[in-house]
Amino acid sequence: MSTALTSERPAVLPHADPMVPRIGRVRKRVRDLSDVWTITVEMDEPFYFAPGQFNMLTAFGVGESAISISGDPAKPEDGLIHTIRDVGRVSHALSHLDPGDVVGVRGPYGEGWPVDVARHSDVVIVMGGLGLAPLRPLIYTILANRKDYGKVVLLFGSRTPTDILFRAELEQWRRRLDVEIQVTVDAATDDWFGNVGVVTTLIPRATFDPGNTVAYLCGPEIMMRFGAAAMRDAGVPDEAMYLSMERNMKCGIGLCGHCQIGTVFVCRDGPVFRGDKLRPLISVKEL
Amino acid sequence: MEGLERIVREHPFFAGMTEDQTNLLAGCAKNVRFEAGQYLFHEDEPADQFYLLRSGRVALQIAAPERILTIQTVGESEIVGASWLVAPYRWGMDAKALELTRAIALDAACLRGKCEDDHSLGYELMKRFMPILIQRLHASRLQILDVYGAHK
Repeated sequence: MSTALTSERPAVLPHADPMVPRIGRVRKRVRDLSDVWTITVEMDEPFYFAPGQFNMLTAFGVGESAISISGDPAKPEDGLIHTIRDVGRVSHALSHLDPGDVVGVRGPYGEGWPVDVARHSDVVIVMGGLGLAPLRPLIYTILANRKDYGKVVLLFGSRTPTDILFRAELEQWRRRLDVEIQVTVDAATDDWFGNVGVVTTLIPRATFDPGNTVAYLCGPEIMMRFGAAAMRDAGVPDEAMYLSMERNMKCGIGLCGHCQIGTVFVCRDGPVFRGDKLRPLISVKEL
Repeated sequence: MEGLERIVREHPFFAGMTEDQTNLLAGCAKNVRFEAGQYLFHEDEPADQFYLLRSGRVALQIAAPERILTIQTVGESEIVGASWLVAPYRWGMDAKALELTRAIALDAACLRGKCEDDHSLGYELMKRFMPILIQRLHASRLQILDVYGAHK
């Protein structure tokens, strides 16, 4: 799989010993949803990454976890931004670090979203739930270079209106006249007047040229599988789709095998895979 | 009438049908309009027509004690209503316009009669309905799975 780093700058090389974390300090912590937090980490030196890459973050004394980078790759001065769902011991500790607390950072790791392949094409970005977080760096990059792309369509699905991640930012993007953005929820509350239904139902409603489109999908694996199927139904081939996988990553560098699917390591060969490479793997049960 | 025939012929739902077939269907059609908040139909009422949306947005809803549950929203170029196809021809949910909605309403008894008389027409219609019903079934299954839950 080819990967295009969007930043002109070289990515910071991982530490000489890739298993030794660098030390960062939490600058800010924001609660996005009831169980989702975004932390901004200050590093000693600018930290460059490509959209879709992840870091292994350490909450000292608790453990380490793979977390997608959700900030703008063109703005290292903003700090290193990660969005974390509080679902386990490590993610709970990471998401409850206070400003000034130290955090271990290994990375950036993995193959991210290839951006260059979409130049001069329509772009469809399908996001479900927390899947918006690893896609946000890609969206920043595309919107910062808007003239390089055809239509840009953002399709976002959430469980309920109160679970809409980065809602203010979605509303800000919606105000742009050069982006089509549709949001849907699986279960509406009484005060919700937007779309209801799974995110895949938005795909046939979107306007793009399927023969000249690159699609990026991220969300729960089931959502991505059905999302990819809906994109195929719309005429977009697997070769023009990219999906980000989530597996239990431990080493982050393709050594330990925890995140292996078939012949690939999600941490090293992914987490972003082209649709035609991934399709035979995610359609197999128990992989 | 010419206008209605053209609208039916040009609606994406009928793409690929012959002009004779769309003219037959147009004989069962009329233009309708719903203001925001107005209901297209209510649960358990006779399913005596179906709607091709031309503009606007409609919520498919089920009333529960003390609240209304929206199952799905549909919009421009989509269809509302399939219960007219299957006996006992009664709506299984409510349909409410969320904004000003313009649609073509097709009379169900008229359509069923024409499909009985002309099975090719009925088959063409089924070929257009079934994929939509299957898509909606799949979408409903995904909705039930609640895939955005923390442990999915």
